[in-house]
Amino acid sequence: MAGFQFSGLTASFGGERVLGPLTFGVEEGERIALVGRSGAGKSTLIKLIHERVDGHASLVPQDLGLVNALPVFHNVFIGQLDRHPTWYNSLTLIRPFRKDRDAVRSLLRELSMEEKFWIPTASLSGGQRQRVAIARALYRNADLLLADEPISALDGPMANLIMEALQQRFTTSVVALHDVDMALSFATRIIGIQDGQIALDEPSSRLTAADITPLY
Amino acid sequence: MYLSPTARISLLFLAIAVAGLFVADIAITASNPWRDLGRFFLGVATPDFFSTEGLATALLRTVAFAFVGVALGSACGFLLSLVYRFYPVRIFCAFIRAIHELFWALIFLQFFGFHPLTGVLAIAIPYSGIFAKVYSEILEEADPGPGRLLPPGTGVISAFLYTRIPDCWVQLRTYTAYRLECGLRSSAILGFVGLPTLGFYLETSFSQGLYSEAGAMLILFYVLIATIPIWVRPRLLPVYMVGAPFFLGDGMPIIWGNVERFFTQDIVPAPLRDGEGLASLGHWLHDLLVNEALPGIWNTVVLTQIALVATGILTLLAFPLISNHFGGPIRRTGGHVFLVIARSTPEYILAYILLQLWGPSMLPAVVALALHNGGIIGHLIGRQTNTLQLRPDAPSGFNRYSWELVPRVYRSFLAFLFYRWEIIMRETAILGILGIYTLGFYVDSAIQQIRFDRAMVLILITALLNIGIDVLGRYIRRKLALQTMPTC
Repeated sequence: MAGFQFSGLTASFGGERVLGPLTFGVEEGERIALVGRSGAGKSTLIKLIHERVDGHASLVPQDLGLVNALPVFHNVFIGQLDRHPTWYNSLTLIRPFRKDRDAVRSLLRELSMEEKFWIPTASLSGGQRQRVAIARALYRNADLLLADEPISALDGPMANLIMEALQQRFTTSVVALHDVDMALSFATRIIGIQDGQIALDEPSSRLTAADITPLY
Repeated sequence: MYLSPTARISLLFLAIAVAGLFVADIAITASNPWRDLGRFFLGVATPDFFSTEGLATALLRTVAFAFVGVALGSACGFLLSLVYRFYPVRIFCAFIRAIHELFWALIFLQFFGFHPLTGVLAIAIPYSGIFAKVYSEILEEADPGPGRLLPPGTGVISAFLYTRIPDCWVQLRTYTAYRLECGLRSSAILGFVGLPTLGFYLETSFSQGLYSEAGAMLILFYVLIATIPIWVRPRLLPVYMVGAPFFLGDGMPIIWGNVERFFTQDIVPAPLRDGEGLASLGHWLHDLLVNEALPGIWNTVVLTQIALVATGILTLLAFPLISNHFGGPIRRTGGHVFLVIARSTPEYILAYILLQLWGPSMLPAVVALALHNGGIIGHLIGRQTNTLQLRPDAPSGFNRYSWELVPRVYRSFLAFLFYRWEIIMRETAILGILGIYTLGFYVDSAIQQIRFDRAMVLILITALLNIGIDVLGRYIRRKLALQTMPTC
């Protein structure tokens, strides 16, 4: 993958433009944190990028997009539905194959929720549901990660664990984060969004928390 | 004086029904109706479960036809629901579900004869149309979010199985189980046209005055329906599905010559069949419309409107019987038993029984339709009042009923009533087979005179009338912003 160039990204809501037009590039290997007040347009931007890359990305949307009636295993397995024929997927709904079970189980072990393997996601807590959506994105294993507040419901140590896992598994990522310190430690580049426009775009090594705070 | 739209529409329908009473044929013609009614209740109170060995077979056949018919209907309905967004499919489904099971049975009887296929298709075809509609509504409700997240290149079937079905599974299952209960009722009444289910034996017992035998059949039927949660288990379903086709009975073999003759000759309008030309066809059609279709439509509409309002009145009287806001546990239990019996008895059987006791007129039909439909809606509304929390100093007694409860449930009451309008009309038409002059009477007469061409036109008219009422009912519900879940 050679990175992406986005130009003319816009979004309107009820006839009023809420985002853009934005133009920016994402280089391979970059970890970008989107920061800004809630309602600034971060979620919209993530959705737009997802459309622009034709869905070729691991996505963690804010509403997670879990199939609530299915157990954790199937919600993670959904990330690789495109790699198997229909009969294989259908059989997996009824009785999963051992190698898929093992792969998903080791992934969940990493996120320390192995014991929830067969629990329908409807009966999980907010933080657990968030980790299932992250596990799905990891299992999907695309080149690009798009995540919208992926750790908003997780406590400190767990949030660190998750961000490290994401950092390891994806070479390129665009992640919306409201935690400024986390953004600085995770990202190589920070893009600040204000009123639907890019108000800040710097490598994180050149920034401190004080530079970002005015955006909020 | 200001009237709310719901009150205005209620008064309008009430006025139509009262006007209908003046032109309808409402009478008790039997010489001693109360003695017969008394003997019937005595029969129910002293059921004779061992008089005939046919009883067990009848129940077995009833269950078998219901299972095979509903299973086939739900499979076809599911496939149709996937393409339900296409207009021709909607029209097709509306058409096949507008024709009552008994009419389908009467049609198939003419060319398949008393072959099990007749009963199976009579249930499966209209049920497919209903399943298609409701399944597609349920599937549309599924959260579209997960589907948008799938990796590009995911197969359509995999996507459907993983992101649509799981969310809807419980609802699909609940609705299908509910239709199975409806299927048992449909299966039972197929006996009235000669298939080997409960209705056949019930009619035989009644016509011989064997009320204890008839009472035993009714009681066993209630037990069968009331115990559905016990004997219909997900794990047992495959066993039933595989086993049911073997318990349909042998019937008579299909004579394929009859099938061919039915389609190439019998249903071709007589003037065309005899090569008498178009002018003669016009005369034939005119005669059919004026002498049979119009009186049939008139009586069907009049009876439907009276039965609809009677259903409404009965519902409003009956729902307090099971409401937590009135009476003690004893009265509520009694209310539940009454409503379960009222709604478990197919209106056709109720009408048949009342007709035997009171003699032929529209009265037995009105009472039967009101009891059955009032039982269903009364149960739903009563349950709804149980979720209402009233303020601690709310009035009690009749004031509580009229000021606190009825205003709160009136809109959903109307929603259910207008939803069932089309169902009541479908049943009204079919009750003609029992000798009331609705459309079913003319269909049945035409079939008995072996004039299938006329019967087919009349069935077509009945279907169009039902579709018309369905559209009108939906229009009124939309105008008044009334929403409801399907009931059968």
